[in-house]
Amino acid sequence: MTAAARLEPQALFHYVLRIGDLSLVLGQRLGEWVGHAPALEEDLGLANIALDLIGQARLLLSYAGEIEGRGRSEDDLAYLREQDEYLNAVLAEQPNGDFGQTIVRQVLIDAFQLDLYERMSASTDERLAAIAQKSAKETRYHMRFSGSWLIRLGDGTEESRSRAQSALQRLWPYTAELFAADDLDQAMADCGVAPRLAEVRAAWDARLDEVLAQATLERPGERPHSWHGKRGRHSEHLGYILAEMQHLQRTYPGARW
Amino acid sequence: MDNTRHWPLYEVFVRARGGLDHKHVGSLHAADERMAIEHARDLYTRRQEGVSIWVVPSKAITASDPGETESLFEPARDKIYRHPTFYEIPDEVKTL
Repeated sequence: MTAAARLEPQALFHYVLRIGDLSLVLGQRLGEWVGHAPALEEDLGLANIALDLIGQARLLLSYAGEIEGRGRSEDDLAYLREQDEYLNAVLAEQPNGDFGQTIVRQVLIDAFQLDLYERMSASTDERLAAIAQKSAKETRYHMRFSGSWLIRLGDGTEESRSRAQSALQRLWPYTAELFAADDLDQAMADCGVAPRLAEVRAAWDARLDEVLAQATLERPGERPHSWHGKRGRHSEHLGYILAEMQHLQRTYPGARW
Repeated sequence: MDNTRHWPLYEVFVRARGGLDHKHVGSLHAADERMAIEHARDLYTRRQEGVSIWVVPSKAITASDPGETESLFEPARDKIYRHPTFYEIPDEVKTL
């Protein structure tokens, strides 16, 4: 087998949940726009991206369940875990706000996922490499969608520009957590399962600078962060998301379509 | 919602696969050409309907006048000899 086999299965399990939960929570958030987007065309665009993200989450959570080896399925992991067992960075769970805030959150995460997946396509873990290759294709489109919207909003009217800029100020501090490498991130990078977050960061920086320049928006300054969603310590928003997302499975355990 | 009223209308053409023509599949609203392509991708190729998309501003299309239908199209009606229906088609020819 691959280098991943030498890892503690528990460590790989947690790492796969980190990236899977990021997609799951963001997909659930985007789904809240269905029926409410500013135009029918955007409604479908956001729903498409949400479905891509939930598809990625399904692949990753299924894999996590297999690694864990306790017979938990993707559904068990998505619907029956408690809040502190979710390992997504807290940026994904931040509220949709106005359309500008949704787009800013999307750009920040799309760029991260794109730079992550592109490098993870060469992972020593074959399963992760395959999932990353598929997901990178989807994410390239997400980035195109959110990036062109940010440019349109930033370089648009006075109102769209000020809303986009304030969303950036609000959400930027959460991005630090994406790149704050802890022991788990280090261990994954050391055995080639995942890229080094410093590398991802450099690519992300360049990508964001380019989009922000075109959008004529200012890049906010860095501030120390105190978020640890990747270790299960979440903002107050995740509980509400899970309450809605898990309601059906918890009320009718084992319910199927 | 009001903003969408100012978004121009685009006609969408999709090529189902290589070698076929682009076919008109519908229309949509978008702020510019790039957004029109993105919307067309999301609206009209969700189920792998195509490999290529064209979008054309609807205002760039000149249409025939429904009021002139008679003078434009009726004269063709009695010219049956223009249809290639007088040929025997060999059995071997499948797709004509």
